[in-house]
Amino acid sequence: MVTAEDYGTFDTAWCPGCGNHSLLAAMKQALSGLGLAPHQVLMVTGIGQAAKAPLYMNCNMLTGLHGRSLPAATGARLANPELTIIAESGDGCNYGEGGNHFLAAIRRNVDLTLVAHDNGIYGLTKGQASPTTGKGQVTKAQPFGQPSEPFNPVAVAVAMGAGFVARGFTGEPEHLAGLIQQAFRHKGFSLVDVFQPCVTFNHVNTFAWYKQRCYKLGPEHDPRSRDQALAKALEFGERIPIGVLYANDRPAFGADLPTLKLGPLALRQPDFEALRGVMRSYL
Amino acid sequence: MPDSSIVILVGGEAGQGLVTIGQLMAKALVRAGYEVVVSQDYQSRIRGGHNTFVIRTGLDVFHAPCDKVDILVALNAETVARHKGQLTPSGLVVADVDIDTTGLNALRVPFRTLAPKVVQDNVVALGVLGQTLCKDIGLLEQLLREQFAKKGQEVIDQNLAVLRAAYAWVKTQDHGFACLPSAPAYPAERLMLTGNEAIALGALAAGCNFCSFYPMTPGSSVALTLAEHAKFMGTVVEQAEDEIAAANMAIGAASAGGRALVPTAGGGFALMCEAVSLAGMLETPVVFVVAMRPGPATGLPTRTEQADLNLVLHAGHGEFPRAVFAPGSIAECFSLTHRAFAMAEKYQSPVFILTDQYLADSLQNAGPFNTDGLPEIPGPLLEPANPATYKRFALTADGISPRVIPGFSTALVVSDSDEHTEDGKLTEDLAVRVQMVDKRLAKGQGLAAEAVPPSLFGEEGPNGSKDVDLLLVCWGSTLGAALEARERLAEQGRSAAVLHFGQVWPLVEGQFLPRLTAAKRTVCVEGNATGQLARLIRQETGFRFRGQVLRYDGLPITAAYILRGLESIL
Ligand SMILES: Cc1ncc(C[n+]2csc(CCOP(=O)(O)OP(=O)(O)O)c2C)c(N)n1
Ligand SMILES: [Mg+2]
Repeated sequence: MVTAEDYGTFDTAWCPGCGNHSLLAAMKQALSGLGLAPHQVLMVTGIGQAAKAPLYMNCNMLTGLHGRSLPAATGARLANPELTIIAESGDGCNYGEGGNHFLAAIRRNVDLTLVAHDNGIYGLTKGQASPTTGKGQVTKAQPFGQPSEPFNPVAVAVAMGAGFVARGFTGEPEHLAGLIQQAFRHKGFSLVDVFQPCVTFNHVNTFAWYKQRCYKLGPEHDPRSRDQALAKALEFGERIPIGVLYANDRPAFGADLPTLKLGPLALRQPDFEALRGVMRSYL
Repeated sequence: MPDSSIVILVGGEAGQGLVTIGQLMAKALVRAGYEVVVSQDYQSRIRGGHNTFVIRTGLDVFHAPCDKVDILVALNAETVARHKGQLTPSGLVVADVDIDTTGLNALRVPFRTLAPKVVQDNVVALGVLGQTLCKDIGLLEQLLREQFAKKGQEVIDQNLAVLRAAYAWVKTQDHGFACLPSAPAYPAERLMLTGNEAIALGALAAGCNFCSFYPMTPGSSVALTLAEHAKFMGTVVEQAEDEIAAANMAIGAASAGGRALVPTAGGGFALMCEAVSLAGMLETPVVFVVAMRPGPATGLPTRTEQADLNLVLHAGHGEFPRAVFAPGSIAECFSLTHRAFAMAEKYQSPVFILTDQYLADSLQNAGPFNTDGLPEIPGPLLEPANPATYKRFALTADGISPRVIPGFSTALVVSDSDEHTEDGKLTEDLAVRVQMVDKRLAKGQGLAAEAVPPSLFGEEGPNGSKDVDLLLVCWGSTLGAALEARERLAEQGRSAAVLHFGQVWPLVEGQFLPRLTAAKRTVCVEGNATGQLARLIRQETGFRFRGQVLRYDGLPITAAYILRGLESIL
């Protein structure tokens, strides 16, 4: 039996009180709860405080470039249909530097889970505005207040018909672990955007701020209804819903692709007979 | 041997079917046993503009573009106006009766009489060409049957009738153009393909099973060729959302066990530079094909140049080893692509193939490519000897650590783009940092030890090319033109040799410096404005070329261009 302990315990470079700690615990709980052993999991991250997550747990890890965890994870998925692949990174990484990849990942619907640590700030680079920083929020880089409208990742994902869209809060770790598990079970691209208070650089969206506002979606919410999902995804103010906002059964990328049905690329041998046939087409 | 080649230029607007005529004629000639070299010159537009498809053919032909025209197939009046100056004295114009060909030896073809439909004009042109060169109609009939096989017998018959009408019409004309000498028996398995198609086939022969790309001329056709054959070969080909994604996808795929190729052009490659550095850091084998076109920026999107050597040599921040290949022929597009994968896999590094629009699009006869003789390229491991203690970046004497693919054993494969320890985790231990830089760079020594030496063409005296007056140095697609220039010089009684770099990095001094210093005169021939290879050689060896022949007007280097350039140097 796999337990959360199999994923190990490590010293971290995160601040005491950072939401990342409980997110990491929820991740380990979700994975072990599904009986997944560390070697069956590949976590692909970008760069940022969030992106350090796989350093603090046993698993296969590919920490790539800032903003590029999704394409790297996509490539890994196309190469191996069997691994459990998680792309994990911050709001800056996923929605800023990697914004185009976020849109493409939703459209492509490759089977992987994106866990976005959404602290509304660039943590690692010490506190500049991120795409999800509220309008008007003052930072060292935006002394007159962050001048742009924030990005709403879950609303965009719902609008684009993503297969699974959830929002969690590190202050609700059990609930969060459940969301992550559901995301893993979903076949196709799944997004879990996680409110993860940054105790050092974001003094607006604090733990208390989220605690006051977040409420769990109940059975009255139908995640299969895009209208309801969009309404909930847009609800961001005095009250903010957490839970599965939206889910559908879009077939995952590659379900109909003959080239992907042949199994992991690592197990394939060059087919010289087929190649000779291909060469004959140039006669 | 004087140039005995015949050059057929088909010119017209995009959308007039000139590529179809050219391709069918070229294929017929290859099948008939002739040598064929095609240069394509087109504008960056789908319809209109002036485009040419130039076939150089004959029994003994340099695989190089050239400037003269023997038969000018003009699908519009502009083609006559633009190219009549290139016609040889015995040259012939093939054009519609309505096009003014005053003063030129012309076959004025009654297209509307010979073909009921405008779409069949290209078949008329094909027939006229075939009969003018005295080529057996059977070859072209067979090609038309293949070409229209999917459209059904009726369409085939209509086109065959047009072809026969064109043949019959030419027989009634007195054009005086000499027949092509008949071809000897030839190996049945001759292929006709472009440089980019040969790169794709070389990749497949090397076991490439993953290609991510973002479309950009002239790189795209590598990916399109892989996509075309994917249903037979199983290759996963994915069009990424941008070049940054394409490169990072390839790294992800290679890390998870794929053998990855990323084709692009200079501008697209510029976007990939950070990922190149990542491949260097994560020690991931990825082969990049950079098909060059003139820059900066969008430059001349459909023309040729060799100006991205510097970019590829220096792409990616930080220091890490790489290898850069520059095939000089279709055969080398195949063989050096295979080699590129072998080096990428063995040294777990990014490896580059530099080609250019001329070679990328140039259809030529080549091959057959023998796959039996190719060395096997060992892949990564599925399971390490001891999964519990596996370290992805274990320090070794040659810098090569056993590379394991995650998910096939209980080993954990950990790799970090931050500086990392042997087990792949981020570190700020500066002693480890130094060890890791040394480890990565050690692989560069292996790459140098295995570098493909430049090829020398020409009499080799006791001290290399000492006895020749002139040594022409070139890289990539200019090989054919340099070889032809050497022949032309020999006809003038001047001895020359050619030194061609099919691999431009790592440069191993011992492989070429003695030859450079032994030659009386050395001239570097490059398709760029600043002499990038010459500068690289000087940087690495201190050697200064006596002269340079540089071309950067967007057209491929020809022998005539080199000879003109030499006049002002020598
Ligand atoms: C190409 C590139 N640009 C910029 C950086 C610097 N950088 C590192 S992390 C980061 C932002 C991180 O923010 P986020 O993704 O939200 O992660 P967090 O640290 O907040 O968890 C930036 C700008 C980089 N590493 N690479
Ligand atoms: Mg952040």
